[in-house]
Amino acid sequence: MGKLTMGVFPGLVGSLSLDFSVKLAEAAVKKGHTVDYWVSSNATMLSKKGQRAFKDYSTLYKTLEELFKTGNFKACACEACAESRGYHKEDTMEGWIRKSMDWYLASCFDADRVLLIGGE
Amino acid sequence: MAIKKLAFVIKSLPYKTEASRLAMTHAISSQTVEIYLEDGDNVEPVVCFIGDGVLNCLKNQATAKHYDITSLEMHIKNSLLLDLKVMICKEDLDRFGIKEDALIMNAEDLGGETNALIVPYSEIQKELDSVNHIQMF
Repeated sequence: MGKLTMGVFPGLVGSLSLDFSVKLAEAAVKKGHTVDYWVSSNATMLSKKGQRAFKDYSTLYKTLEELFKTGNFKACACEACAESRGYHKEDTMEGWIRKSMDWYLASCFDADRVLLIGGE
Repeated sequence: MAIKKLAFVIKSLPYKTEASRLAMTHAISSQTVEIYLEDGDNVEPVVCFIGDGVLNCLKNQATAKHYDITSLEMHIKNSLLLDLKVMICKEDLDRFGIKEDALIMNAEDLGGETNALIVPYSEIQKELDSVNHIQMF
């Protein structure tokens, strides 16, 4: 099985690109692959704890909670991007780590595939 | 012991979105990636500006004055200072009528010795064919 590294940039609300990325990560993990999931820019809001489910908006944290339980999914938020948006360490959902961008590049180093989603 | 090449291809306009800034900051972060890797392993970024992305390379950006934030110009200079390979698509410059003297071609004022390269797209394609992973911004 392989390792997929994903770099994800769009926010939780406003497009479905983040939904797509989580679904793709879920599908990869279900197939037995490992996934490193890096969020930067507005996507860091995905790491914020205390999200509530509304029918009009995506509810991705539940999928993330299940992914963390598999042990084959690591999620890391860009610390500077999160801090600049007011998401501090104590605001971070359980399971997430927060690092600088070199974490992502290191993950790319031994990834079988790298996907960047929402760079536009 | 290995070197993995990562391409950061920038086709976005400067400042309209965060994309080109993210490309530059991610590429520059290669300078500290070794802390996560085994001895002798490393990543080698290459930054390519194509399409509208060549507009990121214009000189005399004044975002510090108008928005109080760092400019893409400073990020490009920092990448040259760190000897990152920076390629700018010649055909796209021609399309905009941009001449070399309007571009950030070096970081001499910071003590840098590496120059940006204006090259035909075929050269950029050749570079992309040689990298391990390509990321489009």
